[in-house]
Amino acid sequence: MNSPYLAQSSSVAQIMVKVLLALVPAIAAYVWFFGPAVLVTIALASATALALEAVMLKLRKKPVKPYLLDGSALLTAWLLALSIPPMGPWWMIVTGTAFAIVIAKHLYGGLGSNPFNPAMVGYAVLIISFPVQMTQWLAPLSIAQSHLDFMSQIGYMFFHALPQGAQLDAFTSATPLDTLKTQLHLDRPMAAIMSMPVYGAIGGTGGQWVAAAYLAGGLYLLQQKIISWHVPAAFIATIFIASGAFHLIDPAHHASPWFELATGATMICAFFILTDPVTGPTTPRGKLIFASGAGFLTFVIRTYGGYPDGVAFAVLLMNICVPLIDAYTQPSVFGKKK
Amino acid sequence: MRALHHFNGGVHPPEHKCESTLRPIQQPPLPEKLVIPLHQHIGNSAKPLVEAGDTVLKGQMIGKAEGYVSGAIHAPTSGKILSVGHESVPHPSGLKDLCIVLEPDGLESWIDLQPLDPLNMDPSTLRNRLRDAGVVGLGGAVFPSFIKLNPGTGKRIKTLVLNGAECEPYITCDDMLMRERAREIIEGAAVMRHMLHAEEVVIGIEDNKPQAISAMREAAGQSMEVVAVPTIYPGGGAKQLIRVLTGIEVPAGERSTDLGVQCFNVATAASVHRAIRYGEPVLSRIVTVTGNVRNPGNFEALIGTPMDHLIDQTGPLEGSTGAIMGGPMMGFDLPSTAVPVVKATNCIIVKSDALFPKKPQPMPCIRCARCAESCPADLQPQELYWFAKAGNFGKAQEYALFDCIECGCCSYVCPSHIPLVQFYRYAKSEIWAQEREKKAADLARIRHDLRLERIEREKREKAERLAQKSAQAKTAENSQPEQK
Ligand code: SF4
Ligand code: SF4
Repeated sequence: MNSPYLAQSSSVAQIMVKVLLALVPAIAAYVWFFGPAVLVTIALASATALALEAVMLKLRKKPVKPYLLDGSALLTAWLLALSIPPMGPWWMIVTGTAFAIVIAKHLYGGLGSNPFNPAMVGYAVLIISFPVQMTQWLAPLSIAQSHLDFMSQIGYMFFHALPQGAQLDAFTSATPLDTLKTQLHLDRPMAAIMSMPVYGAIGGTGGQWVAAAYLAGGLYLLQQKIISWHVPAAFIATIFIASGAFHLIDPAHHASPWFELATGATMICAFFILTDPVTGPTTPRGKLIFASGAGFLTFVIRTYGGYPDGVAFAVLLMNICVPLIDAYTQPSVFGKKK
Repeated sequence: MRALHHFNGGVHPPEHKCESTLRPIQQPPLPEKLVIPLHQHIGNSAKPLVEAGDTVLKGQMIGKAEGYVSGAIHAPTSGKILSVGHESVPHPSGLKDLCIVLEPDGLESWIDLQPLDPLNMDPSTLRNRLRDAGVVGLGGAVFPSFIKLNPGTGKRIKTLVLNGAECEPYITCDDMLMRERAREIIEGAAVMRHMLHAEEVVIGIEDNKPQAISAMREAAGQSMEVVAVPTIYPGGGAKQLIRVLTGIEVPAGERSTDLGVQCFNVATAASVHRAIRYGEPVLSRIVTVTGNVRNPGNFEALIGTPMDHLIDQTGPLEGSTGAIMGGPMMGFDLPSTAVPVVKATNCIIVKSDALFPKKPQPMPCIRCARCAESCPADLQPQELYWFAKAGNFGKAQEYALFDCIECGCCSYVCPSHIPLVQFYRYAKSEIWAQEREKKAADLARIRHDLRLERIEREKREKAERLAQKSAQAKTAENSQPEQK
């Protein structure tokens, strides 16, 4: 044995478990406001991820048990499951997870070596391949005209079958961000849009509470020192400032900055996706640059792009820049401060 | 009050210091034999002055300092020299080294001691005394102290820092020394201040040693400042302590004297005091013996005492798995516990699986940057690891590999349990090896060139000689007819 002989009792698995734990409040809020379908999505994504992870580890001749138990595959699965519509068809969930685990993670060298956030790769593949299914979100229970019971939801996910007389439109809706985009396109005034039932006090009905739960989970991760403040702070601040400026200049076409923070994937991205250590920079200054860049791109794609949310592409674009950011933000060494 | 500064990084490993501070410093019985290595300091090995069969007095010089950077070695007690030869020594390499084996006669007959009155003496005389007394840094670096007490002409030392931080877990030898012999340390510091013409003396002690702090404050009075510094590993690294106390950052490869600071360990100050005021060379040191033993404690051990002998005093326990010399963060595995105590031995930790559990299998680096946050040298350990592992030593040097002080903080915090420091040691030794090879190759090339040149020259000279000869022969020929 060699010095140091001591080690802090932390492990990759412990970190991942804490992150998973931090997601629980948001999942609970999700179930409360949108029904339990998301649990099935998570379960299916998890099972797929673990199975494929095991197969890939075997193929790559890595020890299966310690790597499978590190929790990273599970986390990828959860993040992907939480990013896609909760009642998506089973094959879509499996395809997205497979892309994330097999291609984005293992073909790039597995844990620690993948340059792109696996969950976001999975998401990007799905939104490009299945744009229709990827925009069929469940309407919040409180405003849906009708809703499916749990068994019917599962039936829909696995067999694409609805019970007699049920209408897809009755229990699905576009996301608040999507709705905003289409309504603005129709030249409806902002105030009228914001009074539609999908909108709550700040963000989307229900969705805003899920966002709040992500925030709570993120604060727990900060408190546990699993993540540092740099990424969430820079990401949130950039979105807030960019959307705030546009909102001030042209309030008729730009929602309030608070709305931008409380809708879509802003919060999950700030605390759970951008903070993925493997695909982000390691230096504090690098983190600030990386997260600001992602925030700005998110805002731009949301405002001008063709996709409902900009987060996934913003993250992937910034992932490409990480080696460069790291190289140019090296802190000065002890005794050599400029 | 002095405004304290801060260095980045650092960790808080469990301290395990209470165990060995329950009893005062103990005097172990004389061992049956002492094994005294001739190389206990940075620099050249000392040259043996005795042979097997000689009898020696306590304090007699038995190894002479060789060259400038070296230290003298003395007989820790009176007795008979059994042999001068290669023995196992406490070194990470596990290699044997030249040692003098001494059988004590139990009489403790001293040489004639020659005390000096330092404050009226020229520093150069005092430096010679320290050199002959074998005074070296007892904090673990064992650099000859007389060299560090020679700041060089034209250099002003503003601050003399005494290091009583003792930041590594388990080690308490300085703590106990400060509690029990604060006077000696302060007297030694006064001598050092005189030698360096230092304006001020600041003594840094981590705030987890309140008894040492109050003992030192009492001994120092108004003459020196005793400062409680925050407890954080590696706050006792010379550079880190200098930073905390003075705000000065000493870059790697530069000497603190160039920035007006010099730093010594408290135990070194005590041995300076004894060497000057009493004429006593370094014959013993305080050693913490702790870990998997019944009664951990501190011992004033003669240099050359087999470590077994000390461990026996503490009552060894079942389940021991070898021992570490030094602390658990920067120490190293001893080849066996039969090796002798040397001047660098501040601590012996008897290991067990319970105290030092095996680390789990390393996982891949997840770039979490916990290592970088903990690095007191402000390096990017994860990048260094990557470059070292890939054998990309040029890049590793670009990322300041040689600024790494091998403190182990990065390995300590790494959630993937990667033995990072081992990779850095490996990279450093590879780079040194390459440089040696290159030097050797350069030397060989120069030799080759010189040889070619010599051959050329010889040829030329031969040709010239021949030409001369033939010219002479010609003149001779020409002159011959005249003689005829
Ligand atoms: S602490 Fe370990 S896992 Fe984290 S970045 Fe450093 S080397 Fe990689
Ligand atoms: S061992 Fe080197 S790289 Fe690691 S924390 Fe210490 S100085 Fe930094």
